[in-house]
Amino acid sequence: MDILYLLIPLSVILVFLILGGLWWAVHRGQFEDLEVQGQRVLKDD
Amino acid sequence: MNFPNAQATVYNDKVVRQFAIMTVVWGVVGMLVGVIIAAQLTWPELNFGIPWLSYGRLRPLHTNAVIFAFGGCGLFATSYYVVQRTCHVRIFNDKLAAFTFWGWQAVIVAAAISLPLGYTQGKEYAELEWPIDILITLVWVAYAVVFFGTVGTRKVRHIYVANWFFGSFILAVALLHLVNSAAIPAGFMKSYSAYAGVQDAMVQWWYGHNAVGFFLTAGFLGMMYYFIPKQAERPVYSYRLSIVHFWALIFTYMWAGPHHLHYTALPDWTQSVGMVFSLILLAPSWGGMINGIMTLSGAWHKLRDDPILRFLIVSLSFYGMSTFEGPMMSIKTVNALSHYTDWTVGHVHSGALGWVGLVTMGSMYYLIPRLFGQKQMYSVKAVEVHFWAATVGIVIYIAAMWIAGVMQGLMWRAINADGTLTYTFVESVKATFPFYALRLLGGLLYLGGMVIMLWNVLKTATAGRSVSVTIAAPAHA
Repeated sequence: MDILYLLIPLSVILVFLILGGLWWAVHRGQFEDLEVQGQRVLKDD
Repeated sequence: MNFPNAQATVYNDKVVRQFAIMTVVWGVVGMLVGVIIAAQLTWPELNFGIPWLSYGRLRPLHTNAVIFAFGGCGLFATSYYVVQRTCHVRIFNDKLAAFTFWGWQAVIVAAAISLPLGYTQGKEYAELEWPIDILITLVWVAYAVVFFGTVGTRKVRHIYVANWFFGSFILAVALLHLVNSAAIPAGFMKSYSAYAGVQDAMVQWWYGHNAVGFFLTAGFLGMMYYFIPKQAERPVYSYRLSIVHFWALIFTYMWAGPHHLHYTALPDWTQSVGMVFSLILLAPSWGGMINGIMTLSGAWHKLRDDPILRFLIVSLSFYGMSTFEGPMMSIKTVNALSHYTDWTVGHVHSGALGWVGLVTMGSMYYLIPRLFGQKQMYSVKAVEVHFWAATVGIVIYIAAMWIAGVMQGLMWRAINADGTLTYTFVESVKATFPFYALRLLGGLLYLGGMVIMLWNVLKTATAGRSVSVTIAAPAHA
């Protein structure tokens, strides 16, 4: 199962990338005041 | 840096219109091929002895047409529409967006020619040969630039949840396509996979199931999180839960693939990992499904007279059904019965016809009148008829496949007292005949609904005109 030496590291890298995305989103205040964000989409056009 | 489109005053709806119309056109084509191969399974002589019409060549044409042509165009259309509306900015680059449209149509036409001619890499849902694979890669990179460029030049701070789903779908599909389609060319339209044996099988189903997860689930969830609130005129039931849904889904999806390889040469522990991850997926899937359906809480009466909303909500109930059925079928003991039977085919179609199909149709019925400056579809009655034809068709299809699948599984494992098999394989094929005929009926109903949709869409488009929509100033709520 040599292929796991490719697929498992790929998944680990991916999880870190996803974690990075989550960290970015949290620190950029993407998840503040969420109820307002859900409402806002209705007023878009 | 200064991006010209960031200062534009109108949305680019031309590319959305093009993709939306082609979604419906390719839907009819892909489903027609599906009906033809369903008829061939019932009456094999319907291939008329012509190699180009044989089941083995038309089947990948059907799957590619419905997934990548119908589903793909639907995802392009809705993601381009949603990202512009929710980011309050024109699409990042008009020329690149136009390239994604024409490039994607070229991929589809190349598939429609090369697959019946017998050119294939032999990998399920990744059959297209290497020159077409390269074109797919170019289109996909352009798609990513256009989509993320639009998000990057947005006029509001918050990125709406639908865009997270669309974005993850674009990135994941890029990675999956690059890894799985790695091949050594051996001439024009001929290549050999970079992997061999069970390694190849593992890569194939790592790709195959994540294609289900990111192409057929995450992308369409993006659609769901925009068009259900819009059509219901209510915010998502819990916006907080939609965020949790997104992160939980993408963190846990990647390792469900090995459940396609139960009881094969794949090591046992890898199979078990696949099964465990598949079971875990039930939680985020149902969280999202409940969140979508509960958006209607307090407004259930809207379902009574709004066929578009019915498309969208019923699609979620099929999403719930198939994301329950899937984890159950990934349990090894259940899989011992269901694997290689028509139960799997039924499961796929409850997801494809029920979830992907209905949510796309509902979104198109919302989108198309707006794209042509109309208040509603040319015939709302026809939308109603389409809804019922599609829903009844799906129910007939999946019920027939459940019965056929369980029957096949039981017949194949039946053993006499002396240890010999009770049934020959051909006896199970014969017993399946009435269910194949029923499945054909279900497929015909579903295709019939799609033909009505095409007529309705063309009527709506010709009655209206292409309109330019002014970019709305972000609401300060």
